[in-house]
This record gives sequence, C-alpha cells and structure tokens, in this order.
Amino acid sequence: MPSFPRVFLGLFCLLVAVLLLAPTLVVIPMSFNGNKSLAFPPVGFSWQWYANFFSNPDWTTSFTNSLIIALIVAVVATVVGTLAAFGVTRAAARTGGLLRALLITPMVVPGVVLAIGIYAVYLDAHLVGTVVGFVLAHTMLAIPFVLIAVQASLEVFDRRLETAASSLGAGRLTVFRTVTLPLILPGILSGALFAFITSFDEIIVALFITSPYLKTLPVQIYTSITRDADPTVAAVGTLLFIATSLIIVAGLLFGMRRGRT
Amino acid sequence: MTAIPDQGAHTGSERPTFLSRFQLRGAVWLAAPAVLVLLVALAYPLAIVVVRSFTDPAPGIDNYIWFFQSAVNRNVLQRTFVVAAWVTLASLICAYPYAYAMTIVGRNVRLALILCVLVPFWLSGVVRTLAWVILLQDSGVINSMLRGIGLSPVKLIRTLPGVIIGMTQVLLPFMILPIYSVMRGIDTRLLQAARSLGAKPWRAFVQIYVPLSLPGVYAGAIIVFILSLGFYITPALLGGPRSTMLSSLVQNQVLSLLNWGRGGAMGVVLLVATFLLLAIAAPLMRQKHTSNRREA
Amino acid sequence: MNAPQRSAGAAIEIRKASKRYGAFTALNDIDLHIRPGEFMTLLGPSGSGKTTTLNLIAGFTDISSGALEIGGKSVTGLPSHKRNIGVVFQHYALFPHMTVGKNVAYPLTLRGIKGEDRERRVKRALDMVKMTDFAHRYPNELSGGQQQRVALARALVFDPPLLLMDEPLGALDKKLREWLQLEIKRIHRELGTTFVYVTHDQEEALVLSDRIAVFNGGRIEQIGTGRELYDHPATLFVGRFIGESTVLRGPTETVDGNTVMTIGKDKVVAHGRLPGDARPVILLRPERTALKRPGADAVTGENRLSGTVEEAIYLGSGSKYEVRLTDGTTAVVRSPLGGADFRIGDPVDVTFTPADLTLLPDDASADVTLT
Repeated sequence: MPSFPRVFLGLFCLLVAVLLLAPTLVVIPMSFNGNKSLAFPPVGFSWQWYANFFSNPDWTTSFTNSLIIALIVAVVATVVGTLAAFGVTRAAARTGGLLRALLITPMVVPGVVLAIGIYAVYLDAHLVGTVVGFVLAHTMLAIPFVLIAVQASLEVFDRRLETAASSLGAGRLTVFRTVTLPLILPGILSGALFAFITSFDEIIVALFITSPYLKTLPVQIYTSITRDADPTVAAVGTLLFIATSLIIVAGLLFGMRRGRT
Repeated sequence: MTAIPDQGAHTGSERPTFLSRFQLRGAVWLAAPAVLVLLVALAYPLAIVVVRSFTDPAPGIDNYIWFFQSAVNRNVLQRTFVVAAWVTLASLICAYPYAYAMTIVGRNVRLALILCVLVPFWLSGVVRTLAWVILLQDSGVINSMLRGIGLSPVKLIRTLPGVIIGMTQVLLPFMILPIYSVMRGIDTRLLQAARSLGAKPWRAFVQIYVPLSLPGVYAGAIIVFILSLGFYITPALLGGPRSTMLSSLVQNQVLSLLNWGRGGAMGVVLLVATFLLLAIAAPLMRQKHTSNRREA
Repeated sequence: MNAPQRSAGAAIEIRKASKRYGAFTALNDIDLHIRPGEFMTLLGPSGSGKTTTLNLIAGFTDISSGALEIGGKSVTGLPSHKRNIGVVFQHYALFPHMTVGKNVAYPLTLRGIKGEDRERRVKRALDMVKMTDFAHRYPNELSGGQQQRVALARALVFDPPLLLMDEPLGALDKKLREWLQLEIKRIHRELGTTFVYVTHDQEEALVLSDRIAVFNGGRIEQIGTGRELYDHPATLFVGRFIGESTVLRGPTETVDGNTVMTIGKDKVVAHGRLPGDARPVILLRPERTALKRPGADAVTGENRLSGTVEEAIYLGSGSKYEVRLTDGTTAVVRSPLGGADFRIGDPVDVTFTPADLTLLPDDASADVTLT
C-alpha cells in the first residue's frame, strides 16, 4: 500500500469516517423538529422534545431506572470481574486460559437466545420487571468487559514489584493496597466504565424482562420508535451522543496524559 | 554448634515459600463469584432453552423436524447467513484501509480517526439504528434528497439492502478495532528490511505486512459474523417481512406465539452455529509468531 | 569447504554529503571513501550521524546535498530495493511468519532464483553462519545470537557486493558479542565483500575494522586504522573516545619552540607547538606512562608529575592506578605485571617522555559528548 497514492487512501478513510459518524448526526436536526414527526426534513425549530424528555414521567423514570441499574452493575461487575481477572492471571496457565474462555462467552452468545432463556428463568423466579433481575443479567453481560480491561493491565504489571514490596516488610494486603491496586487502577476504572455503558445500553434482554412498572431507557426508546414517530427519541439520541463523545474525548485525553509521563 | 548454622540450606528452603506467597495456589477461587453469576444468569437459562426445545410441548425432536422441514424457516436461516457474510465482507473492505491509515498517520489525525471509531462503538445501538430509520424511511433523508434532484424515491427501509447497510455501519467498529490492534504491533522496520533484500514496496506490503495482519482480520471477521448472526434490534427496526432474520423469528415464537419449544429449537440452531464457527476460527486468530520487536 | 564464492566488493564514495531534517542537521558535509573489500566501521556516540550515513548508503533516506556513489555509479534517487545491498539490523528484522529457511530464501525468490539453485544457496548461507540445523524453526524460537546469525545469512545469501550492519550485536551479551565479532571477521575474510559497520563501542571497532571513521555531531572527526586513531588522534574527541586517556589542562608558554604546561607544582614539556592560537591540552595514554617513587630513577628529558595514589586496581595482566595530581586532575596509569607495587596513599611521580604524549587543541565539546 505504500506505493498506492496516499491521496486515494486518505479519501477512502475520510469516506469511512463519514460513514461511521455522519448517519448518527441526523438525529440532531430531528430533535429540534417543530412537528411531531420523524420525517425529513424537520420543520421549524423547537426545544419541546427536550422539555418532554425532562418532564414526561415515561422518559424520566426510564432514565432514572437505567441510571440506577447501570450504577449498581458497574459496582458489582467491577468487583466480581476484577477478582476473576486476578484468578485468571495468577492461576496456572491452562486453568487460566480455560477460565477466561468461559468467562467471556456472554460476548458471543446470540442475544435473543440468551434473552428467552433468562425470560424463562425469571418467569419462574418472579424476577421479571425487578431491579435484581436487571442487575443480575446485566452483571453477567458486563463481566467479560471488566475481565478484559483489568487483565490487560495485570499483564503489563511487573510482579516483581510485589516481591520487592514484600521484601521491604509489607504484608500481603498492604502490598495489594499500596502497590498492586494503584498500578492497575486505570484498568479497573475503564472496566467499571465498560460495565456501566454495557448495562445502560443493553436492550435485547431488557425487552424480554421489562414490565410496565420497570422500563429502562433503551426499552423506552425502542417502543417509542416502533409505536409512534415521537421526536423525543431524537432528543434522547442527541443527548446520549453528546455524553458518549464527551466521555470518550475525556478518556483519550486522560490516556494521552498518562502515556506521556 | 557453629555461629552460622548452614545459611545456604536455610535460604534455600525459604525461597520457594517466599515466591509462592503471590503465586497463590488457590488463585482460581478468586474467579468463583464471576463463575457463579455466569452459572445462574447464563448457563442455567441456556440449559432451559435447550431442554424446552426437546420437551415442549412433547418430548422428542419434533421442534427440530418442524424447523428444518419448513421452507420459510430454511429461507430465514439461509438469509441470516447470507446477510452475515455480506456485512462481514463490507465491513472488512471498509475497515482494512482505515485501520492501516490509523497506524501510519501522525498522532493528532490518529486521535481523530480513533474518535470516529470509538463514538459509534460506545453509542447505544438503538440510537444508531434510529438514525438509520430516519435516513432510510420513505420520508427519510435519502429519499427526500432523491426527490430534491428529481429522481423517484426508492424503497430502502424494510428491505434487505437497508438491513445490510445499517448492520455494516453498526458493526464496523468491531472490525476496525481488532485489525488496528494487530497492525499496531507489526514492526514496520520489517518492510524496510524486505526492501533492502530487494522487494518492491507493494510486494513487501503483500508478502510481509498482509500476512502479519491476518490474525486481526480473522478476529474482526469472526466477531462481526457472529454478532451479525444473532443481531436483533437493527434487523427488527430496519427490516420487514421479506428480510426477517433468525433472531426475530425466535422472538416471535416465544413472545407472540408463546411457543417455547419451537423458539428454543431455533435458538439452539443459532447457538450451535455460533459455537461451531468459533471452534473452527479460533486457531486462526492466534498470533503464532509473536514478533520479536520487544527484545530489540 | 562450503564457502560462498568470493565476490568483488563495491567501493563507496561519499562527497560533501549533508542530511537535514527541517532545521536539524544530522550530517554536515562529510567525505568518506571506502575501498572495495574493506571493513569500515562508523564509530561515534548516539546522534553523531553514523546511522544516518548508513541509512543514506542503504537508500532508506535521501541525501539533502552532496554525492553518493556505490561501485562507481551514482545512486541518488535509487530506491533501496534496487541497490542490491545486504543490511543487518540491530533489531534482526527477521520475518516472524516465515521459517529461518524461508527468511533466507526470500531475497533469492525476489530475484527469480528457484528450485535447487535456491535450496543450495540457502544451505550455503546457513552453513556459513552455522545455522543449517535451524532451517525449519521460526525466528521466535531462536535466541538473539541465533536470530542475528540468520539475519546475517539472509543479508549475504544474494551475494551483495556491499554489506551494511547497524549495531548488529548491540542487543547481545558480552560473551556472545565477542564470539560473533570473530565470526563476522572470518566471514568478511572469506567473502571479500565490502562491510560497513556501525557501532558506538570503540573496542568492537578496534577488533573488527580495517579502518574506522569517528563521527561526532554530524561530522567525521578522523578516518584511519585503529592504531592511527589510538596513537595519533587528530582531535581531543577522537583521543578520548578511543581507549582510556588522561587529559591535562593548564597555563602554557612557548619555550624554544616547545610547549610547556604548568600542572599544579609541576611543568610538562611537549615537543613543538600547535599551529594557530588554539588552547593546547595534553593527552596521555595509561600504558605509556609509568609510576616511580618520588624523585627516584630519573631519566633525562622525561616529564614528572607528582601526586598521590588514590585507587589501585589489580587486573591480572597488570595493575591500574588512579593518581591525584597536584592540580587536582586524576591521571590513569597502567603498569605491566612485575612492576613495583604501590598502595593507596603512596606519594608517587607519574612519568612519561615528550614522545609519549599527544598535544591537541582543546575542544570543550569532547567532554560534553562523552558524558
């Protein structure tokens, strides 16, 4: 490819970048539509869909539900996933490898198959439409992301530092608290972020285990798209787009600063 | 007794214990909570699906016979695989040059390119599909532009091409990221070496760079293919009756028809296909010949 | 004997060559002539321009101004894959997805050499570096030294008239490095190819080279055999970079056409004087100075500097002393086995004749670069 004209490669990449980002941007003009319609082009200008999102209980409660569930999942999945990452990294190579393969299966199991299974179990256990039910399912889905993030930082972590700390008189818990934890903290934090987003965005399982009394935001968006052409979804989409972009830009800047030192 | 009683032997017996303090023999048990969550929320539900596919409404393999005898079902199964193949191919074509460009540009451009991948990667799939609904619908962006330049509108939503376009865009980051992560590890000095040995630049690229990037290509392709097979939201919102995919069929059997056995059988077919593919492709993704750049 | 054919080595002619990266000048107006079949080492600290010179010859970068000829032909603008030059990199650069045999066969395949002919030449090249048994292994299964031998075979298998080596032994441990130095020397003798070798290790340069070009700050300070550089350094930088040395600085005057330098309480006489008005310094080699008891064994015409032994190191083949002179300078003196024994704290005289010292113009950059 070095012999290919660089211009050609550059143009192609520009097109791909546009394909990646531009379609999503269409939600922004739609969110200011003056009419209650998703037809293009939007007519007029209004903030009413944003106002609706922040005042209509359907939207506010589903948003709060998603936030609460995602926060709990972030905490639980990070603790459970970090422990598992230690287990995988520090176990014998063969056992560790098997364990890892097992723990990342949620990533590859087709969502619908998983969803009907969980739905069946939850119907019997009366977990449909409960926070516990959502947290359990989402924690399972988030564990692989935490595991991968933490394991990545554990693998570059120099184990001899622990031996060194111990030779200086630190007990095992002190070694963990003062040496290991601070060094792998970026991995744990990004794992927690992954877990939060996984839960916050999860839709397939949520569609099955939701109830009129407990809806999450993605479920509310999905039903709104299928049921009516309410531009409030575009307003929500715009807000999510901005929030996601800000988090990623912050993450990249943070990573860059760390990389420089 | 001597003042120093056999120091060598003493430290010799100390050493293994000292090191093994951190080489916890029971380290595996740290994974127990995670395994427990998986047993309850993954293994048990999947077992129920499998069991129901063989027992509901009556014990036997009737559900599977029904599935494979129905031409409609076989069509959907075939379509699911064809769509997955198209999506994989399309995203590979977009991703390979993009990932390569990410490795050769300066830092600021690279950050911009990474941002273009990460934002859609982390943005809710429902929102991104919503965007495609707005673009492709009969009164959508593309059709209003077509009308604007005097052309007749085309049917995009609820068609197979619409589904493929939308899925490709939604899944593209899953192809770019693994390819990029492998390409980033390729020692480009090897290309310089190949040129010093007499290889023309394009030949060095094809013979040295491309083979070394293949593990990333395989990984990206298998991830995209598997995710496509099980994709639900995008086909459900962008597709129509003539572009139904297996996931929608499963959902329909269980939620609308309350037919757990048939839905389960379809789910098992999907599950088995997924794991077969993974088993076949797993050896391809392994990087056999780790590059020796770390030593240099 | 399986030795590859002797090939005629190529001559290299570099005239007034410069290489600039934006405002930074990596190479400043250098002239370098390398004879066919010669083993030339480019020696210097990092950033001195030696690797830039190698990259220019290999065609990895273009010359900014000046001329570069290989084998009598100008190669300006010729891409590296058309130059037919073997290159060995410090980082080995073996293709990780090809076996050792495939790696070595690669340049032959590119040149359309096939079948038995190719097999034979691959085997011959691997025999030469004693790696024949490893033909079916992958590079990551080999040690660093083995990988570098394969890289050498790959760079030589197509009988290039010129072989470039960029710190090829830099990543290896001392024992292996010394053994491979001898191997490289043997291969050079067998082949007759021109070798250009980049290193920052002056001992390695002395072991290997016919001639050495000493680089500093993008310029060549001196070109010559190891002996010439050691005995007659042209600049203070060369004198300090090659071998151990003591540098004396002090107020000087010219007496009867000779230079007399005052070192603390003592005076040193050096024959002749420097042209121009450069400030002179005196360079001493440890083995061309001797220690004597204060005032003892006087020889007419010799210089004597009084001092105190600060450190005495027994080396097996002799002893090494560090002596604090009266002006505070530390002089290094080596005495051969069987000489008198001195202890730390002993008052001594450091003695040498005017013929044993080198008078050089002072150059502040020599100190800065070396630290």
